[in-house]
Amino acid sequence: MPAKKSPARPRELLFGDLWEFDPAPESAEPFIAPRYGLFIDDKFTAPKSRKYFDTIAPRNGAKLSEIALANAADVDAAYTAAAKAFPAWSKLPGKERGKYLFRIARLLQDRAREFAVAETLDGGKPIKESRDFDLPMAAAHFFYHAGWADKLEFVAPGRTLQPLGVVGQIIPWNFPLLMLAWKIAPALATGNTVVLKPAETTSITALKFATILQQAGLPPGVVNIVTGAGETGAAVVDHPLAAKIAFTGSTEVGKIIQRALAGSGKKLSLELGGKAANIVFEDAPLDQAVEGIVNGIFFNQGHVCCAGSRLLVQESVADLVVAKLKRRMQVLRVGDPLDKNTDIGAINSAEQLAKIKDLVASGVKEGAELHQPSCKLPAKGFYHAPTLFTKVSQSHRVAREEIFGPVLSVLTFRTPEEAIEKASNTPFGLSAGVWTDKGSKILKMAAELKAGVVWANTYNKFDPSSPFGGYKQSGFGREGGKHGLLDYAILK
Amino acid sequence: MTAPALRRLLDEIGPVDATGIEERVAKFTTRSIKKQSKLFGLRLAVTMVDLTTLEGKDTPGKVASLCQKALCPHEGDIPMVAAVCVYPSMVKHAAKHVKGKGVKIASVATAFPSGQAPLKTRLAEVRQAVADGADEIDMVINRGAFLEGELALVQDEIVQVREACGDATLKVILETSELETYDHIRAASFLAMRVLRPGDFIKTSTGKTSANATLGNNQVMIEAIRDFYLATGTEIAMKPAGGIRTAKQALQFLIAVKETLGDAWLNNARYRFGASSLLNDLLRQLETQRTGAYQAPYTFSDDSTGY
Repeated sequence: MPAKKSPARPRELLFGDLWEFDPAPESAEPFIAPRYGLFIDDKFTAPKSRKYFDTIAPRNGAKLSEIALANAADVDAAYTAAAKAFPAWSKLPGKERGKYLFRIARLLQDRAREFAVAETLDGGKPIKESRDFDLPMAAAHFFYHAGWADKLEFVAPGRTLQPLGVVGQIIPWNFPLLMLAWKIAPALATGNTVVLKPAETTSITALKFATILQQAGLPPGVVNIVTGAGETGAAVVDHPLAAKIAFTGSTEVGKIIQRALAGSGKKLSLELGGKAANIVFEDAPLDQAVEGIVNGIFFNQGHVCCAGSRLLVQESVADLVVAKLKRRMQVLRVGDPLDKNTDIGAINSAEQLAKIKDLVASGVKEGAELHQPSCKLPAKGFYHAPTLFTKVSQSHRVAREEIFGPVLSVLTFRTPEEAIEKASNTPFGLSAGVWTDKGSKILKMAAELKAGVVWANTYNKFDPSSPFGGYKQSGFGREGGKHGLLDYAILK
Repeated sequence: MTAPALRRLLDEIGPVDATGIEERVAKFTTRSIKKQSKLFGLRLAVTMVDLTTLEGKDTPGKVASLCQKALCPHEGDIPMVAAVCVYPSMVKHAAKHVKGKGVKIASVATAFPSGQAPLKTRLAEVRQAVADGADEIDMVINRGAFLEGELALVQDEIVQVREACGDATLKVILETSELETYDHIRAASFLAMRVLRPGDFIKTSTGKTSANATLGNNQVMIEAIRDFYLATGTEIAMKPAGGIRTAKQALQFLIAVKETLGDAWLNNARYRFGASSLLNDLLRQLETQRTGAYQAPYTFSDDSTGY
């Protein structure tokens, strides 16, 4: 009997352990206090609730600090302080308000390393991202809005911008300090005062930021920071002194807030979830597209509302793109976020990790094909391997629901029309990506995609001057640029 | 009418986005290489150096001292470099010192650096260098012909030089700064690789123009090597040259190799650095790792200026 011919082994590259990198932990001191009070009227104060909750480091589950739990009375104190500060702050010449913002921006730069380590410890994101993205961008937002503070009469020719009053702001846990900057900088530039509530798992950098406000000599009560979970948030939303609520977070909570505010006369802006399509055409520069896909979904462990979580790739190049993507995923380094070489850090919380695992399990159950590179995850802490689903169809949960984790679903299309149809077949409309070497195709796609941001031949690029926000269930209102200023002012 | 050759080639191999490739390579520069991994990388880089002198003022004496440096870069257990790289007239002098000792002799030929000589002359130069003992020939491509779209001519000349090399390894210098765009660099890489033998090199630059090896053009070329290998099974080697002066840079190039081509390319049969001043910086960093302190520059013998 003739011997069975063994099938030719496909050629592959070996990404092995010939040259292993030694641990390279960032060693700067984060200066985290063992316990934080609420920041009201320029002072750290004990909560009236007398309750504190633990905040832990997702990288290993260790307790970092105790955070005050604000109740309705605490939130009321914060609003009262903000309302008291409003008349003087709003009448201050724009030039003077700008000086405070410039000062805050520079102090953030001065203390960038310390803040980056604190952000990574508290949130789990890789130190290289907090160091190279979150901190520089947060400072950039203060610089940008500092520039606007004395130029508000030029935002809309012939009209002036007047502040709203006290604004209540609720921010998420994925970019704690950066979202704070997105919220606070335009509010202060336009002359409002602020009550801000950070997410309960990531309060530390907001409370450290309060010390920057003290260093900058910001007048008491202009910014107040109350910490806690859902009930604290509800108190911030419901307070009668709030002229506006700005919320970034889940679509679910966004809807609750919108219902709560109905008929109250308070302004509202919502920046909610997303399920962005990253569309790769056959004529795209494929290696750079793969890099953009990786940036799009694995940046910040996929904890990004505008993450490119649905890859739409033209059928003719689908196999090639997936092969390139798998090869690229092999060299992603997953592990301790404090290590300077880590590409994918820790998932923010046990709760979020469970949600990601549940959705990944649903993908497998519904028949999508799972791929994960072989990588050893740390034993302690919350980690999830970068995950790729192929053979995904539009009806799969992994193609419809926001996963908010390092999980990419690959779908295919044949024509540009089909790409647009599939990209829009979602309740969300925050962002999209288009990859092609043809400029005219970019313009056509950008015009037809219903998404607040469309990136062309790149992904996850941000700038303070560029407005960011969504369509449909991704919310309304814009942050950044002139549009963002208008959401914090009345045009007179 | 068929499309012009360059257009057809680009359609076949796909374009490169400049912004994207530069963003990719910027990530290599944020890698933090410490302790044992740094030692490994530095030693590996030493073994990959083509220690070079390409000056009008080169003499047999200068070449002799370059050869000594190549064989024994520094006291202690420092490995020898991969090769010395000299002009053809110096090959026979280099042969006296390094032949059979583990350091190869590379010679730039084909009217280096411009290549602006009749083909016959260029081929004769190659044959002479090989006859004098060169193990490796670094040729320049005909950039004028490439930019004119005469791709067949460029490729045909490479074939003739390859034939003239006999058993010597061929390194094809694209002179990336004169091709200017990443698309051109990718196209020229494929043009060369399709007529090279396994183990032959493509190389970025002569070191004689204003811009030399960068992480960007290195990346375009190693991605081309990767794609070509996956498609054909032929392993082509890579040599960035010119402008790599510091150990830090060399480590960044090696990280690019590690993360793009993988372990099989992390050796001096597959990857080289064309450099001269790089070697002493590698030694300086190795000594710093060993002793815990930076040593004065005069601690290291300096025999390779220029390039």
